[in-house]
Amino acid sequence: MADLLEVRDLAVHFQLGGGLFRLGHARTLRAVEGVDLTVKAGQCLGLVGESGCGKSTLGLAILGLQPPTRGRIILDGMEVNADTDRSRFAKTAQMVFQDPYASLNPRQTVRGTLATPLRLNGTTNAGEINDRVADMLARVGLRPEHANRYPHEFSGGQRQRIGIARALILRPKLVICDEPVSALDMSIRAQIINLLLELKESLGLAYIMISHDLSVVEHMSDHVAVMYLGRIVETGPWRDIFERPRHPYTRALIAAIPDPFAPADRRFRRVNGEIPSPLDPPKGCAFHPRCPITIDKCRSAPGPALTQSGGAHHVSCWRAGDACDQVWPALGGSRTLSSHEPLLGPTSRKPSN
Amino acid sequence: MTTAPLLQVDDLRLDLASGGAAHAAVEKVSFDIARGETFGLVGESGCGKSIIALAIMGLLRPPLSIGAGCIRLDGCEVHNLGQSELRRLRGKEMAMIFQEPMTALNPLSPVGRQIAEMYVLHEGTSFKEGERRAVEALASVKVPAPDRRARDYPHHLSGGMRQRVMIAIALACSPQLLIADEPTTALDVTVQAEIIELMRELCAAKGTAILMISHDLGLVANMCRRIGVMYAGRMVELRRSGDVFKTPSHPYTRGLVASLPRLGTRAAQGQIRLQEISGVVPTITTFPPGCRFHPRCNSATDICSVIDPTSTTLEGGGFVRCHHHG
Repeated sequence: MADLLEVRDLAVHFQLGGGLFRLGHARTLRAVEGVDLTVKAGQCLGLVGESGCGKSTLGLAILGLQPPTRGRIILDGMEVNADTDRSRFAKTAQMVFQDPYASLNPRQTVRGTLATPLRLNGTTNAGEINDRVADMLARVGLRPEHANRYPHEFSGGQRQRIGIARALILRPKLVICDEPVSALDMSIRAQIINLLLELKESLGLAYIMISHDLSVVEHMSDHVAVMYLGRIVETGPWRDIFERPRHPYTRALIAAIPDPFAPADRRFRRVNGEIPSPLDPPKGCAFHPRCPITIDKCRSAPGPALTQSGGAHHVSCWRAGDACDQVWPALGGSRTLSSHEPLLGPTSRKPSN
Repeated sequence: MTTAPLLQVDDLRLDLASGGAAHAAVEKVSFDIARGETFGLVGESGCGKSIIALAIMGLLRPPLSIGAGCIRLDGCEVHNLGQSELRRLRGKEMAMIFQEPMTALNPLSPVGRQIAEMYVLHEGTSFKEGERRAVEALASVKVPAPDRRARDYPHHLSGGMRQRVMIAIALACSPQLLIADEPTTALDVTVQAEIIELMRELCAAKGTAILMISHDLGLVANMCRRIGVMYAGRMVELRRSGDVFKTPSHPYTRGLVASLPRLGTRAAQGQIRLQEISGVVPTITTFPPGCRFHPRCNSATDICSVIDPTSTTLEGGGFVRCHHHG
């Protein structure tokens, strides 16, 4: 299959500080640093990471909403930069946002929200617009009469359906979903996940699924990329990432999912500490202060480039070459949150003094 | 040691006054927590789980009020206490951790002093002594370099560190009950795992009971011995946490457990469609009559839309509130 999206050595830096007249100490925040990605047509790429890792900035850069500092983005054969034809671009890539309460115009009816992109892109026949709006509403599980209502008349799940309809009305090939279910109630998430999967099949969509929730990413993605402090530290087919994760950070993310029924072989060692500030990333491999298997090289040499670790599986870790599975158990690697029994029984309380 | 439960919530009703009418935001909720036990309240937004916590702490403010029922902490009727008695109780006997540590901490005061206040208020120490003990408290929640961090203001600290400070404040006077309302929702997943472990360790060591409130069923099941599942102001099921996952009894709980994407499922079964719970979560003004879950329930019959089910005791302990439980 052809590559729908190709990202080469992308970097997004923000200049911060400097203060009044730039007299102060200016700093550079490297939100995205040297990212390579490809997304094939009709496939879902899961982009995983914690807050501040640059995954949303990367999404915005791909959509041309955030000018990159360096690197190339090639979407369906066209270069994405300041000169890109926005109209053609809008028909190729769209976005679904996290918060369906904040991302819809409260003063526009659903019809207005869905018809505007059509009108701006050359569909002026009122009948055709109505047909396409009705068709799109049906596809996302809403009724035609919903078109005349305003966002406040809908629940969170229905609003997210409207957000998805808006993204799909121009029939894009790539949809970037930035945490599409994390603002929704638990009992609604499955509806939206199923809807996204159905639309992917029926319309042949490709997704970039940005999420911190690994169970959602495992369920939806064909390919997964794990980001840490602006870099991709591990990428590969979903099965490789979830069944044979090689980067300690990926393992930590999997270990952090509280699932009382997690299979024993998925229970990895957790990590300590928190994500360092991207303004002041650690020397050496960015993950080394939290990593349980550091060696001297990790502290001195910058993290290695992504290297192949079997098939399409790539990992950026100095110790990836070592047999990880032998390294981990030696560290008592199976002790995780999930391996604890819940505290049993009431314990007697110490008499207070 | 007494055998009476530490906390008893009995047939609680919480009213929301709006435009002259009162809506019951929470109704017919009863549960108890033993000393040192971990108990979880799970539910979606608007199900009333957080206001139960506020009611226990005596922090309900109009338009919310306790309509009926009683809350007893260690034999003391919390719902009848005045403000000064409640102030004495809060922090000393029961303490609470909130979701967003930045808004829960005082931005104008160093965190060491905020912890020290607990000792000054409840144990009558001097601020100097309190601040010395605050450094110990920070060390106990595993804040690195606690003597320096004690002089920091909340904005100096990361989200995880702030939540550790919240825990240090809450546990400063070794309360009997710790209420944690979504303590990790604002945190990253790797930090969440650490904070949960910390809370569990400290409370086990001090014999503090935990009432954990969350929307994350998996998290609560890991942390707690028993779980109460809330839906639209009612507690629909109360079980041991393992049972909730293995043999969920209420159709809502069954639906929730089945709808969660879980690691490993795709490898075992392929990319199947997740089981959906149809419909939308009702809001307080649209709570349906009868069983509140019936419009979304697959096994609903005529009786469900008319008569509110009473709670049925289950064999393994706990109860379910459903006409057709199985």
